[in-house]
Amino acid sequence: MSETATKKTQISRVAMPEQEPKVRARNFLEVPTGYTVKMAQEEASRCLQCKKPGCVAGCPVGVDIPGFIDLIAQGDMTGAIRNLWSKNALPAVCGRVCPQESQCEGKCIVGKKGEPVAIGNLERFCADYERENGTGELPPKAPPTGKKIAVVGSGPSGLTVAGDLIVKGHEVTIFEAFHKAGGVLVYGIPEFRLPKAIVAQEVNFLERLGVKIQVNAVVGRTVSLDELSAEGFDAIYVGVGAGLPKFMNIPGENYVGILSANEYLTRANLMKAYKYPEVDTPIPLGKNVVVLGAGNVAMDSARTAMRLGAESVKIVYRRSRDEMPARQAEIHHAEEEGIELFLLTNPTRYIGNENGRLTGMECLRMELGEPDASGRRRPVPVKGSEFEIACDLCIVAVGSGANPLLTSETPDMKLNRWGNVVADEKTGKTTKKAVWAGGDIVTGAATVILAMGAGRQAADSIHEYLTLGW
Amino acid sequence: MFKIVRREEMSQGTVILNEIEAPLIARKAKPGQFVILKANEDGERIPLTMAETDAAKGTITIIYMVVGKSTALFKDLQVGDGYQDVIGPLGKATHLEKVGKVVCVGGGTGVAVLHPITRGLKEIGNEVVCIIGSRNKGLLIMEEHMKAASHDLRICTDDGSYGHHGFVTDVLKDVLKEGDIKLVVAIGPVPMMKAVSNITREYNVETMVSLNPIMVDGTGMCGGCRVTVGGETKFACVDGPEFDGHKVDYDELMLRLRAYQEDERKSHQHYCTIRDAR
Repeated sequence: MSETATKKTQISRVAMPEQEPKVRARNFLEVPTGYTVKMAQEEASRCLQCKKPGCVAGCPVGVDIPGFIDLIAQGDMTGAIRNLWSKNALPAVCGRVCPQESQCEGKCIVGKKGEPVAIGNLERFCADYERENGTGELPPKAPPTGKKIAVVGSGPSGLTVAGDLIVKGHEVTIFEAFHKAGGVLVYGIPEFRLPKAIVAQEVNFLERLGVKIQVNAVVGRTVSLDELSAEGFDAIYVGVGAGLPKFMNIPGENYVGILSANEYLTRANLMKAYKYPEVDTPIPLGKNVVVLGAGNVAMDSARTAMRLGAESVKIVYRRSRDEMPARQAEIHHAEEEGIELFLLTNPTRYIGNENGRLTGMECLRMELGEPDASGRRRPVPVKGSEFEIACDLCIVAVGSGANPLLTSETPDMKLNRWGNVVADEKTGKTTKKAVWAGGDIVTGAATVILAMGAGRQAADSIHEYLTLGW
Repeated sequence: MFKIVRREEMSQGTVILNEIEAPLIARKAKPGQFVILKANEDGERIPLTMAETDAAKGTITIIYMVVGKSTALFKDLQVGDGYQDVIGPLGKATHLEKVGKVVCVGGGTGVAVLHPITRGLKEIGNEVVCIIGSRNKGLLIMEEHMKAASHDLRICTDDGSYGHHGFVTDVLKDVLKEGDIKLVVAIGPVPMMKAVSNITREYNVETMVSLNPIMVDGTGMCGGCRVTVGGETKFACVDGPEFDGHKVDYDELMLRLRAYQEDERKSHQHYCTIRDAR
């Protein structure tokens, strides 16, 4: 390592300022407050500008990370955001919600000896800086090709496909079943992690590029895939996500006070029920809240319940801390905000009163046994360890599957045994002619950035099909 | 915006009809399906089963009772105003089949939902007896429509101000005693559908009901509308809203419908106070 490089690795990572845990646990404002220009430039100066950057290989959409960071270091913020846009139409989102520790930052060479360069924070900084200070100038577009593409679903993968194809000169229309575009970015991820004004602005960026967005269009009900083809769409991309909530299938599940995380978060985020009665959608307020599951959706639900004034919020999970699928940073944030973890605990039934309202649940202690098919140690119940947890609200965040609304109306598109669409791993091509699919409807519930990566590959394949044919 | 092109007040102003411009929905909708409506930016999403659709005109018709904040807000919308969002058609369409003699039982605004199904059953050649009821004569809706849609219309009022003095279930028992009924369709308040199902179970007559649980998205992604049917959890928005009346857990449905009772009451009161002050 050269002398300058050694010096650089000695500068410590610039921490992102955050709201104090006690304060933020009771408001819906964003937790990290963002870098100043000075902080961003200091952090950018830690990048070693590797010739063969591992970080780029770690990014599912292949952002030119050293390139945009170098532009920040030079103070060229306009250049930096243009560099980002060339690979990623949603940098304000990705900078906030990507699991950087297992992607770009996980591959950063500086991270081998100290802390990796804060790539996510810098990406977020660029997008926020452009939003607040930018000229509104748009990236260039290729001349019109006359080809029309329908994108079904406006979540991360659909937005990526739309962004990629519009700049290549195609006409793009997004069909969204909800009354607002953004998919999980608007109904799932809470305001305190991803402000909805920012999602709206990134969606608006695509609209300014020429993408048409038709909301309230339930493909499979309002219109079918075949009707879209008949209407003159040359290609269709299906990115409808994994929007079918899973429940535990234990007795008492339909008591009042038990909600899927999808319902709870949709009420809170999309319908803005956290502002009730200022808005019309109510949300149940629990005093003692239990969240089942330990993924990011569980953390989001627990932290939302805390912000809505709960006295106690418990995460109940059947495995141990090491197996929790949520990001470390999210678990850390949740614990800082006073959320308790009940690990190696599994509910066996819900308890309710004569009005059908939830009053508690019976649980069993678990211990870890032999590894199962997933390679994780299988939780085994401890005999006779039954105990009760009192609670008046339970949010079930144990995963979600493929929603059959669209696929059941499309019998000529092949599905696997879980109801996910079968699509080519490299191109996203489905078994139905001129139809591509990607994101959670293909992989099952995964991450925002993986869905975007799938969208990127499909967009390339669609472009090839439209320009060269099959 | 989804513009209101026709508006009627029925049932002494407690029930409102809106014909709404929604060509994409009108083109696809079938009897038994519903839409989700949202009046404005801060509004909630409310499910309502369509009473009528006109593909040529590109309109759908909803009929609703004013029971809370959102329906009070809907009531204030005049011809030329509109709903910010209308989503549909949602749910499964009614399975219409020629079976012989059928009885259609409707209560309250359920009659509006029952109408296209009744008409459909008659059009494909069934012999249709129709029983509709309300609390009193002034609250009865769609009498002429139901008369045209059936062979034999029987009317009941709780207070005896019109037709049979008593509940629809009294008349239903009489009709069932005559025998040879192949199917009963019941749409109305949950206690009424429960009572109908209990009677038809004794007579072993297949019974179809249309359920109205709380919904948010209406596309199967939240499970807010889950009901227990034959011991299994079903999502009414995608698996229904119509189910075998003999298999539905009505008591659970009634408890779940009360989940937000207190919030609903406060919200409605607040809205009326503000509106009346203006």
